[in-house]
This record gives sequence, C-alpha cells and structure tokens, in this order.
Amino acid sequence: MTVTAPLLRVEDLTLDYTLPRRRLFEAAPRFRALNAVSLQLAKGESLAVVGESGSGKSSLARAVLALERPTAGRVELLGRDVYALALGPLRALRRHAQMVFQDPYGSLDPRRKVGWIVAEPLDALEQGVAGDERRARIAEVLESVGLKARDAEKFPHEFSGGQRQRIAIARALITHPDLIVADEPVSALDVSVQAQVLNLFMDLRERLGLSYLFISHDLAVVRHVAERVAVMCQGEIVEEGMVEEVFRRPQHPYTRKLLAAVPRIGGARRGEPAATAAP
Amino acid sequence: MIGLAVTLVLVAVALLSLVWTPYPIAVIDVPGKLQPPSAEHWLGTDQFGRDVLSRIMAGAVNSIAVSLVAVGIGAGIGVPLGALAAARRGLVEEVVMRFNDFTFAFPALLSAVMITALFGPGAVNAIVAIGIFNIPVFARLTRGAALSLWQRDFVLAARVAGRGRTRITLDHILPNIASLLIVQMTIQFALAILAEAGLSYLGLGTQPPNPSWGKMLNEAQTLMFLAPQLAVFPGLAIMITVLGLNLLGDGLRDLLDPRLRRLR
Repeated sequence: MTVTAPLLRVEDLTLDYTLPRRRLFEAAPRFRALNAVSLQLAKGESLAVVGESGSGKSSLARAVLALERPTAGRVELLGRDVYALALGPLRALRRHAQMVFQDPYGSLDPRRKVGWIVAEPLDALEQGVAGDERRARIAEVLESVGLKARDAEKFPHEFSGGQRQRIAIARALITHPDLIVADEPVSALDVSVQAQVLNLFMDLRERLGLSYLFISHDLAVVRHVAERVAVMCQGEIVEEGMVEEVFRRPQHPYTRKLLAAVPRIGGARRGEPAATAAP
Repeated sequence: MIGLAVTLVLVAVALLSLVWTPYPIAVIDVPGKLQPPSAEHWLGTDQFGRDVLSRIMAGAVNSIAVSLVAVGIGAGIGVPLGALAAARRGLVEEVVMRFNDFTFAFPALLSAVMITALFGPGAVNAIVAIGIFNIPVFARLTRGAALSLWQRDFVLAARVAGRGRTRITLDHILPNIASLLIVQMTIQFALAILAEAGLSYLGLGTQPPNPSWGKMLNEAQTLMFLAPQLAVFPGLAIMITVLGLNLLGDGLRDLLDPRLRRLR
C-alpha cells in the first residue's frame, strides 16, 4: 500500500443482474445495474451518491462492500482489490469498511440482544476480544452514538426507529473502520429524528475521522454530510463534483431535474440551501 | 397452557403405564369380555376381556415413542437440508428440492405401506416410514422461511461483518425460524400419531399383543354395534392428544417470540 493510495477506488465497475428467463431455451435477460462506474474517495473525505430509486445507488453500495460479484471492473479498498482477495484477507479488510442500512427495523436481528448485534463485527473480525474488554468496547460504542451501556441487554424492539438506527451505527463503528457506507440511512426516519441522526453522522465524522460513502435520494441531506457529490442515473455517474458547485451550476440535465424536484420553502431560489430536509 | 397440561398428562400416563396399569394388558379373560364401563373397569373390557383403560395407557407409550422418533428423523434431516438449500442456492438447492418433490410425490401412507411391505410390518419400520415422509415437510418449510430471511438486511449486515453462510444460518436463520419449526413439529407430531394409528389399523405398525390406539380401533371395528365404546375410547385418546399437541404448538410459538412475549 502506497501513501498515495486512496481509501476507496472504484474503477469501471459494471454489475449485471440476471433476471428470470422468460422462455426455456432463451438466454436469461440481464439488467445492467451499474455501468462502468468510477469514483475515488480519500481518507477523511465524504462522497454522497444521489439519484432516483433504481438508479443503481444501492447496488454500488453492495458492490463496494464485496456483497455482489461485479460483471467487470475493480473495487480497491486501502489499495487492495476486494474481488481478487481470498476469504481470509477479505475478512481482514472488512474491519475497515462497514455499512449502515436504510431500514433500522430490518437491519437488526429481532432475536438478538443489542449487545450481541453491536458486537457481531467485533466477534467476527477481531480475534480474541472477549470478557471485560469486549464489554467495554460495546459500552464505548453505544455511548458514542448516544445510547447507554446498559442498553446492550435489551432487544431491538424496545427501541424507536431513531434509536435503532443509532444501534446500527454503533455496530458499524465497533471495529474502528475508516469507511462507512450508508445506504439511505435517514430516509426511513421521521423528519425530526432525521436531523438528530444526521448530526450524529457529522459529529462522528469529526471525532473519528471517518469517510462516508453516503447514498441518498434526498438532496437536502446530502449538503450536510458530504463535500463531494456524484449523481447517478440508470447505472451511470452522470456528474460529479463539489457539493456547492454541483448544486449551484448543475451541468447535466438530469442533475437539474433532480434539483428542481426539491421542494422549497419561503421562495428560496433554486440551488440555494433548502431550509429543512425534504419530507 | 391447556395444551401443555394435556401433553404432560399424556406423557405422565405413558410413563406410569411402564410400571403400573390397573390390569395386566395381555391377560385374556374370556368370561369377562365386552363389559361396559364400570367401577372395576373404568372404560370396560374388550373382546378378550382385557381392560381397555390399561391398554390405552400402554398404547400411549407406543404412540409417543413412534411419533417422537419419526418427527425427530424428519426434522433432523429435513431442517439441515432446507437450510443448506437456502444458503447455497443454485445446483445444491435444485438437487435437494427435487429429491423432496420425489419423496412428496408418494402419498405418505402409501409409501409407508410400501416400506413395510418391503421390510415387513413392525413398529421400527413404521417409524422409518413416517420419518421419511416428514423430511420434505421440514425441508420445504425451512427453505421457504430461510430464503425470505436471507433477503433481510440483518443477514446482509452479518455478511458485512464477515460472517460465512454456516455461521449466518446458525446465528440468524435458525433462531428466527425456530418458533415456526416448533409449531410445525407439534403439528407433525400429531400427524405422526394419526399415521401410526393408521398403519397399526392396517396391521402394518405395532404388532399384537402390544397395544396401540390404531390397532384397538381396528379390532373395535367389527364390534361397532355390539360394543361401540371400544372404538370411542381409543378414538378419543387420539383426538385429545392431537388437540393438546396443537394447542401446545400455539402456546410455544407465542412464548418463543420475543416480540409477542412483551405484549402479554
């Protein structure tokens, strides 16, 4: 790994999904979810990926974390090609990149206590953390997301949506990763809770020096968490740049369409920061 | 908790019959045959003068033992197969599920008849036969429930955490379908009791002089108009047992679900 290697480098990533075949003797139809996507993320930097549903944002998130095998292209994390790695080294690499999911009701196993859930990456990825040390790590990470150490003994269903998302964030943080891939992490939450969770994301980034690959369809949210933004449309990145730059002078027609679709309050002009998060 | 009570009484009666029954179960007393229920013989006597209550008590042992082992075989093989099919997908899944379809294609009782025809009648062969047709039931249920769980985000989170398929199956999939499986087990247990009764009724299960509820029904059939109580009591025993097991299944499902547990 050289000093200049970025945290994350995605090169010409192409991902096809095979659909159920329509006729027996016909090749199964394919759907191209990602088409030659390339992007880079330096350590400590955050990139937002925006686009409508179906634009390939979530596929990108999964491919980056080696959850889907791409048809072509490379994903390099800390300078290492994740799809060329054997199971063991890949597991070692997973410590550095974790994920927060959209739906906090689906991302926590209802049969496991919070402490178990939060410690799962720790148990799987770091050898020999047990007993008091393990307990301390769980408590530390729960407190860092604004929960209490004794919450570890509770079940997920005892928490509200916002608190559940905090649990999911705690799970992503426990291995001290460099990169967090967040797939629409606030879109399933109430607007008032959205702001709290977003503040937590920003606060954690400052404290821990995290990088986010932040997937969202909500442009108002994007402004808060990332300095760069990539706009995705039909599996391709159509525009990429600094957030303010892209929002003020969108180059691609699709970006303009997206920006125009953001509801404005009190007659704020297009391209100016919206006062609140879009509902 | 009625289900638990009924099941516990059944088990207690079965265990008691191993050491004590009101009358010896195999002693023939022809002059005292076909008595109606009385103070001495609570449920009357059969065509050989044997005490019906004693035979029903001893028959419970047969029913429980056969069903328990048969459901154990079915779940013990079916659940891992179904979980494997859901975890591996592809060719493995195809092979497992086609094998299941093959087993399922034979009517359960018919394949049991076939097995006992090949290997001779008897309790052990009845167990194997009932056990085999329980396998696809559990394999399908497990695969179906597991497939939907594999799509859930918490399984994806476990994969991000570096967990392999086996660990995910053990840590997340099986605990989440356990209540489903337990409920199905009680239902299959009830069905196995019926199947054992059916096989014994056909003369392919438990062999005389060992008592079995199905065998008792069979023998009572010819005496239906002379002594209808001989058919009623083993029939009632089967019905109450099946009902009790179904209620137990419902109760267990509620108890095992942490979300429902809070609501009660």
